[in-house]
Amino acid sequence: MTSLPEKQNKKLGLVIDLDICVGCHACAVNCKEWNTSGHSSPLHDIDPYGDDPTGVWFNRIHTFEVESEINGSKTVHFPKSCLHCSDAPCVTVCPTGASYKREEDGIVLVNPETCIGCKLCSWSCPYGAREYDEEAGIMKKCTLCVDKIYNENIPESDRVPACVSTCPAGARSFGDLGDENSDIFKLVEERNGYDLMPEQDCLPTNKYLPPREKNNQFKNDALNSITNDNDFSFDTWKEIVEDASK
Amino acid sequence: MNPFKNQKEIVKTSPRVSDEIKQTTCYMCACRCGIDVHMLDNQIRYIEGNKNHPTNKGVLCAKGSAGIMQQNSPAKLSKPLLRIGERGKGEFKEIEWDEAMQIATTWLSDIRNTDPKKLAFFTGRDQSQSLTGWWANQFGTCNFAAHGGFCSVNMAAAGLYTIGGSFWEFGEVDWEHTKYFILFGCAEDHDSNPIKMGLGKLKSKVDSKFVSVNPVKTGYSAIADEWIGIRPGTDGLFVHSLIYELLKSNKVDWKYLNKYTNANWLVYNNPGNKKHGLFARDENNLPVVYCKNTKIVSSDIENTNSAFFGKYKYNNVEVIPSFEFLSKEYLNPKYKPENISKLIDIDAKVIKKIAAEIAETAFEKEIEIKVDWEDHNGKKHSSFKGRPVSMHAMRGISAHSNGFNTCKLIHILQTLIGSIDVPGGFRYKAPYPKHVVPGPKPAGKIVKPNTPIGGMPLGFPTSPEDLLTDEDEKPLRIDKAYSWENPLSAHGLMHMVINNAWKGDPYKIDVLFMYMANMAWNSSMNTEETIKKLTDKDKETGEYKIPKIIYSDAYYSETVPYADLVLPDTTYLERWDCISLLDRPISSADSAADAIRQPIIEPTRDVKPFQDVLIELGARLGLPGFVNEDMSPKYPNGYSDYIVNHERQPGIGPLAGWRGNGNQFGKGEVNKNQLEEYIQNGCFHNHEFNDNQKYYKFTNKHYLNFAHEMGWINKKEPIVIQMYSEEMQKFKLAGEGYGDKIPPDHLKDRITKYFNPVPTWYQPFEEKINKEKGKSFDLYAVTQRPPHMYHSWGSQNAWLRQITNLNYLYISEYIAQENNLKNLDWVWLESFSNKIKVQCRVMKGVNKNTVWTWNAIGKRKGAWNLSPGAPESNKGFLLNHLISDVLPNEGNRNSQLSNSDPITGQAAWYDLKVKIYKCKDEEIDGKIYPNFDTIKNKSRKNMYISDYGKQFTKEFKDNNLTLNQEYIGNSKNIK
Repeated sequence: MTSLPEKQNKKLGLVIDLDICVGCHACAVNCKEWNTSGHSSPLHDIDPYGDDPTGVWFNRIHTFEVESEINGSKTVHFPKSCLHCSDAPCVTVCPTGASYKREEDGIVLVNPETCIGCKLCSWSCPYGAREYDEEAGIMKKCTLCVDKIYNENIPESDRVPACVSTCPAGARSFGDLGDENSDIFKLVEERNGYDLMPEQDCLPTNKYLPPREKNNQFKNDALNSITNDNDFSFDTWKEIVEDASK
Repeated sequence: MNPFKNQKEIVKTSPRVSDEIKQTTCYMCACRCGIDVHMLDNQIRYIEGNKNHPTNKGVLCAKGSAGIMQQNSPAKLSKPLLRIGERGKGEFKEIEWDEAMQIATTWLSDIRNTDPKKLAFFTGRDQSQSLTGWWANQFGTCNFAAHGGFCSVNMAAAGLYTIGGSFWEFGEVDWEHTKYFILFGCAEDHDSNPIKMGLGKLKSKVDSKFVSVNPVKTGYSAIADEWIGIRPGTDGLFVHSLIYELLKSNKVDWKYLNKYTNANWLVYNNPGNKKHGLFARDENNLPVVYCKNTKIVSSDIENTNSAFFGKYKYNNVEVIPSFEFLSKEYLNPKYKPENISKLIDIDAKVIKKIAAEIAETAFEKEIEIKVDWEDHNGKKHSSFKGRPVSMHAMRGISAHSNGFNTCKLIHILQTLIGSIDVPGGFRYKAPYPKHVVPGPKPAGKIVKPNTPIGGMPLGFPTSPEDLLTDEDEKPLRIDKAYSWENPLSAHGLMHMVINNAWKGDPYKIDVLFMYMANMAWNSSMNTEETIKKLTDKDKETGEYKIPKIIYSDAYYSETVPYADLVLPDTTYLERWDCISLLDRPISSADSAADAIRQPIIEPTRDVKPFQDVLIELGARLGLPGFVNEDMSPKYPNGYSDYIVNHERQPGIGPLAGWRGNGNQFGKGEVNKNQLEEYIQNGCFHNHEFNDNQKYYKFTNKHYLNFAHEMGWINKKEPIVIQMYSEEMQKFKLAGEGYGDKIPPDHLKDRITKYFNPVPTWYQPFEEKINKEKGKSFDLYAVTQRPPHMYHSWGSQNAWLRQITNLNYLYISEYIAQENNLKNLDWVWLESFSNKIKVQCRVMKGVNKNTVWTWNAIGKRKGAWNLSPGAPESNKGFLLNHLISDVLPNEGNRNSQLSNSDPITGQAAWYDLKVKIYKCKDEEIDGKIYPNFDTIKNKSRKNMYISDYGKQFTKEFKDNNLTLNQEYIGNSKNIK
């Protein structure tokens, strides 16, 4: 019911490196902190000191185990926020035009003035990346820190999303994924960055980087024994190394 | 107007963020990052990392980012409290500060006038120990320590008695150059952002490898290139086996050992003599070595061919190089991977592979940094050569009763391959390295009324003579630190204070004064009993066995209700603080750095920073050092006054930056403008070393001279790594009955067995005792640290508790199968001393014999202003209840030994052994056991909605709201 922009000048988005994310939640909390006073302010917390504290978070980290035949089990830390899809079903499903994708940079936003809180967008998002604010009665979501990345009141170097500037491990990058010459585009190429659930045909802008394939860098012959393993004698060993130690 | 027409939102992309940015130092954990606090209309809009700060370089973790909610916590104390009901009931009356100070002064001056050791002053997670320890000294009590005995002392002591520096936050991996990094155990807390930044950097290199040795695969272990799911408490055996493989294959850096360690020093080899195992020394008291051409010479003469092996005679006594002794011990076939494998749950092939990879990286991938530098002999070198294998270890090693020896073993391994303070290895942070063993000795042998004890209460004993024991060899300190029970307890034993004071063993005290120490909850072992001891009364007198308790905390923690007098502290954003080179600075390997906190906002409660209170108490009590000659307060303006004007030695004060007229570092006159200078610079001072000072600091002339000039070391001589420890041998000899000061009979075997000049692994105590008693507690139980939480400081935080507010017991698939358990089953977990009822989950990434959970998520009902129905109190739990604070009694002795490392007194809370079984149906009520009464707290309010940030929405709402909303029925949005 709401149209996507006919063209997209830019595709701003995030690239998340799953090889180095330690699941520390820094991105999630810094996001919460920035955004509760940002474009979608406030990100309400309900019963914050009570029996079932819940609140609005644009970014959440999921930790789980996966198992493969070759590598055994692996613990995965998986940060997830809106992927700012090119073909965003959360936009087209919106009955009021509140959920929209910006032509100038591809950021998907919710206009709080026209959102009626019908939740159709959250039902349509295959990633579960939308956050309904019970108290405000409207849908909220990652704004890609639209009020930070262009903000002329802060130094240029700070104009990146809060989750990116705060990430201790350096696992998050931000940039124009539609520009083949951008660093972030090259990073995705180099590291075989992938789309989350491509079969959903949403054309997500955000990309995830898989674990690096390390070359087998060890010859593993460094411990060629200098003595007979089965009949090890300290004195024989001593004679051999005594020369070496000089 | 047509409401269905797509209205384009006018997005305001440049709202005001701050009208002022105030910089200070974070205190959401002990990492101490620099933060920029954005203030808008005098309120905190946003906290982010300070990009120029040497610790965090702009990044900030989850804890730091949640600072706003820490500041807005409803659990903040607001006024001094005096207990009116029974202890533990939370019945207080609010009193004025003057009355509170008068009460404290009266209690304390009575003690000081009669027997100052009746004050036990223990300061928890205090980072101002250079002040608090000095205060104890001036007061005249030997009974002072902080939280280190619970937490870190095994690592600190093992390091300082071996390499002159230590893990924890006092050293770091050379992240820039390392190629092979081994992380032992859980490390997701101290140095938290530097480690995360380092791991990111390391993993981004193609030719690097990160190995995690940890029973549990979470946090950092999740991104390890190889995970070694070791059995808890057996890391020392793993290291033994690596050492065995490396030695056997001659993968040893002989040059490094020769030049920088005591491997060649000659040791008397005459068992049955009082000098057996001690270093042979010449007439100048210098150790000697054997050289082929020149025979026996002083070790300080540079000699490239001194012997590592052989038997020689010195003064007609047989002497052997210490390395002969060490290598013989470590080449014992019992350490062969095949023999170790089953004991540590790691395949022998894996042990061999790791050893081979260490060897290959160290000896075939040597790196070199081209810099001209000089060693202590003035010999010029054109580069720093490095073996790029690095290691880091924390509480996974520390919290075992074999932790001191295990940590020492890691340092031996690092030394054998020559990777300490070299490019790509482990590096010291200033003011380390120090000479092994660093001074001073612990003070407190003589305690007299109205008299300082003459030094800092915590120090480093080097021989039995330095112990704090009486003529009957009984402990002088209430925590029995520096006694024969735990001779090298360099951080004290805070975990024993309540037990010992309650028992009157070794004596009764009058006042227990604590700061920032949650002793009635997660900072105690055997929490249930500890709580009882705080409220237990003498049957005859009806008085509490621990007569008076003064407690300072900023929040309503589990311990507050147990105090008689509560002195409310400020939050970290409301105070001055000093992160000092005299204490625990924020230095890195490349620079010496210290920092301050400045008040960002004025408290609106009637609270005072603890350090201000302590300084005022010092003045009221007339403690020397806190008053002028006319008895007027020396630091009338509190802690900030002290930070600037206090001098520990002439020219050396709490802060090293901008001394004198503002251009002196380290030493210089008091500069009245010093704090202003710090504030201007982002609240830190960073002195970057010259490139020629950055590595090989133990022998680096320009570094050593500088460190000496700064007062960090008291001589310019090189620092020699002590692979073989004479100090340990001195205690062993005492245990064997040699010398003037020998342990009491019941401790002789213990001293002899565990004090060894060369560290070796032994079985953790709890396991050993269970086995001896024929009890089967076959499983290991440990905790891990959620990186977004820090002890109790974080869990009442409205944001962080939404991430984690309960914990499960995670069990391996093997344990699940053996005990017929599945996800979310309720189970009993039982140790030899207690049992708890919790809910379990099954996972793959855990050692098959291990159960684990997150540390300190469980909270007591009503504490921290949480609702009594909070998940933290009903499903969240502590393992502490299962961990005994004392070891089972041996024989008929009245006094029990602490459940701690026998050398350092470090609490052994990772030694826990358990069994698990399913709850019966009738036992399942959806709640954990034990489940304590609700703590009464009159100030608790039920906040249903938090809308923090709403006050700033005007920044976005210049335009009046459109009328759309009425059309589309979104009236809730019209405010």
